[in-house]
Amino acid sequence: MQLPLPGTEPAARTHPQRPEPAPPLLLALGVLVTVASLIPLGYVVWSVADVGLAEARDYLFRPRIGELLWNTSRLLVGGVALSVVLGVGGAWLIERTDVPGRGWWHGLMCAPLAVPAFVNGYGWVSMTHAVQSYGGAVLVVSLSYFPFVYLPTVAALRRLDPSLEEVSAALGQRPFATFRRVVLPTISPAVLGGALLVGLHLLAEYGALQLLNYPTLTTAILQQYGTSFNGPAASLLALVLVVFCLALLAVELLLRGRGRRARVGSGAARTAEPHRLGPWRLPAAGGLAALVVLALGVPLLNLARWLLHGSSTRWDLPDLTSAIATSVGLAVLAGLVATAAATPVAWLSVRHRGGLTTTLERATYTASAMPGIVVALALVTVSIRAVPGLYQTVPLLVIGYVILFLPRAVVSLRPTMELAPPVLDDVARSLGCGRAGVGVRVTAPLIAPGLAAGFALVSLAVSTELTATLLLAPTGTDTLSTEFWSKASSVAYGAAAPYALALVVLSVPATWLLSRVTVGAR
Amino acid sequence: MKRVPALLALSLATTLLATGCGDDSDALVIYNAQHEELMVDVAKAFTDETGIDVELRNGKDLEMSAQLVAEGDASPADVFLTENSPAMAQVENAGLFTELPQEAVAPIPAMYRPRSGLWTGFVARATALVYNTDQVSEDELPDSILDLADPEWNGRISFSPTGADFQAIVAAVLDLEGEEKTRAWLEGIKANGTVYDGNNVVLESVNSGESEVGIIYHYYWYRDQAESGDVSDHSALYFLGHQDPGAFVSVSGAGILASSDHRAEAEKFVSYLTSTAGQQVLADSYALEYPLNPAVQLDPPVKPFAELDPPQVNVSDLDGKAVVDLMTEVGFL
Repeated sequence: MQLPLPGTEPAARTHPQRPEPAPPLLLALGVLVTVASLIPLGYVVWSVADVGLAEARDYLFRPRIGELLWNTSRLLVGGVALSVVLGVGGAWLIERTDVPGRGWWHGLMCAPLAVPAFVNGYGWVSMTHAVQSYGGAVLVVSLSYFPFVYLPTVAALRRLDPSLEEVSAALGQRPFATFRRVVLPTISPAVLGGALLVGLHLLAEYGALQLLNYPTLTTAILQQYGTSFNGPAASLLALVLVVFCLALLAVELLLRGRGRRARVGSGAARTAEPHRLGPWRLPAAGGLAALVVLALGVPLLNLARWLLHGSSTRWDLPDLTSAIATSVGLAVLAGLVATAAATPVAWLSVRHRGGLTTTLERATYTASAMPGIVVALALVTVSIRAVPGLYQTVPLLVIGYVILFLPRAVVSLRPTMELAPPVLDDVARSLGCGRAGVGVRVTAPLIAPGLAAGFALVSLAVSTELTATLLLAPTGTDTLSTEFWSKASSVAYGAAAPYALALVVLSVPATWLLSRVTVGAR
Repeated sequence: MKRVPALLALSLATTLLATGCGDDSDALVIYNAQHEELMVDVAKAFTDETGIDVELRNGKDLEMSAQLVAEGDASPADVFLTENSPAMAQVENAGLFTELPQEAVAPIPAMYRPRSGLWTGFVARATALVYNTDQVSEDELPDSILDLADPEWNGRISFSPTGADFQAIVAAVLDLEGEEKTRAWLEGIKANGTVYDGNNVVLESVNSGESEVGIIYHYYWYRDQAESGDVSDHSALYFLGHQDPGAFVSVSGAGILASSDHRAEAEKFVSYLTSTAGQQVLADSYALEYPLNPAVQLDPPVKPFAELDPPQVNVSDLDGKAVVDLMTEVGFL
């Protein structure tokens, strides 16, 4: 049973049940962004059009594709499930119990976001080959991605009025029953949003899975491009990936339900009285410590080993600085543009919910499920014919990044928008504030944490992106990521290590921003 | 909120600065799928000698060939360099190359360039077996790469079938042994072996004892020895020789795009690449790939090119399409 939050019901009732029609300008912006993000899907459909139906069937209905589908599905299920367990479990322990060192854990639980998944993969494989298996793949990707669940869960727990839990406890429910029957239903939208993000990352993950020797649809697509004469086959696989993505979106939409969650006032979001763990205090802290060691210790230790051990390690400062400047510049630029582009899409889908706006929002996710090379080839094909002046320039590269990572911004914006009560707009307008004034003075401050989180998430993704960068960047552009791969794939691990280290260090500010803004939304 | 425009301007400025926008558009643009460090050395030596500026765009073989095909006549590229020949063949089949000058191809033996004269090999990598020295002794190793399909090797071998490297080897087997034997061989090693993604991963798996024998190119092992020996100290290389398909030598190609606006400079570059001077730069680099101009040799400990005794296969006879079809049929792709 879902317990209504205090303040939720009145807010929902005073607002008309039918959403008001979307302003034309906003709708136009939303449509523009969506059309741009559908370019890759259009390209894929266009390039498989040459393949006959019978040929496509022969290609798709064979054991190898079955194996890839099975691998992709079970990785999705296992990876999302373990990320949810780690993320929600960690968040509950840190927010709601008297586990020792409560103040320290939060930063450490966010920190894995600063370590790119492929660096994590390298660390694990160099330690044990046992991770080159289904279980190993699930473990390593979950250790990289569980903070996506942890962060929104912590935020939701902090917003949750502890009086609900106290009432439940007063009625004789044990802590776990309270968690299951009271807490879980109220934080489930946050958990679902995080799980969706993990799922999208897993669909597109390449670097870590290649190292873990775990073939999925995405690694197979990259391998198809690694074999000449097989463009249409790769496009067919990309279409299958899009179907996966749509299924994921549909599941999330179904589970999320149609309830409104806005509330007026912050209720009594005082600090909850922590549950006493008793004899479980130390084991709980030990569990968190183990998680940190597995998620952070292993990759960082391996990096240190490369730095000290590799004969090709050298600190080529001019190259390193220029790669840092390029990576940071591109990450910031793409982060800002993607967040701006996501705003109308997310706003339409929250405030003007309807078939059209939901479709617009969901359509922007399709490109993010495809590997970067598919998106990049689509933009190469379109831009060199339609706008040759843009080809291999920074603007086109940024457009590529925005198309790839738009959903990360949308996912971050949605929750804050859902929590901004529409009734506040009405109040502001009744007090004589214009539409623009409402946007700047009422809405923007309310959704600012979402904007910042979206920016940080996109920036993190851009800084580790490889294949689209290789195809779309201006000639002569070296980013930390392209330099790392160029050196690592020619067995010069020592030379690659400084670039990986720089990536980790540079990701710290974005991770810090995420750890602050996501939970700061009280 | 007010800081956003400033942040935007700053990031735009650094990005434009760092990506070198508004660079000299007169430079020779090279799409380089060879190892970056290697070509940076060569490009620098070329610029020093001729005064012609070179811009390298780095990537991987078949991603770059896919990009060139997508770009078509509008490509900004002047020269294309690869690690293996299938990517060259793909661009050649799309009709995007123009004929090379005699000066550029003359130093390279005819076997290592296509009969069309539309591109040329410039360095080569040799197929080799790497074996774990704690688990296998050299005299247990097979006489031919085809023997790895025998049941006695079940569960003992590893290789990386998804890369361009391995496909070049399969192309050689196909040319030398025919379709039936190649299919049987592929099915045999598929049943026997562990599949990894990347020759470096194969090397690592053999060194750590995950598998006893792996199929790789020679330089992965030599380079790791030069680096730290981290993933090669428990292994050794074994060259099959005696013109076995497993002694195949795969060539890295260089070609000039027909759409190039810098034809003369591009011809100078490819000629330099195959000349004694250019080949010496390649030989002196860390790459440890074999120069194809017979006037230049690699230093020891790398096994001399003259002792490899590879099978006689002309690059024009390697049928990439048939290889991909076969490997798809067997279920590698």
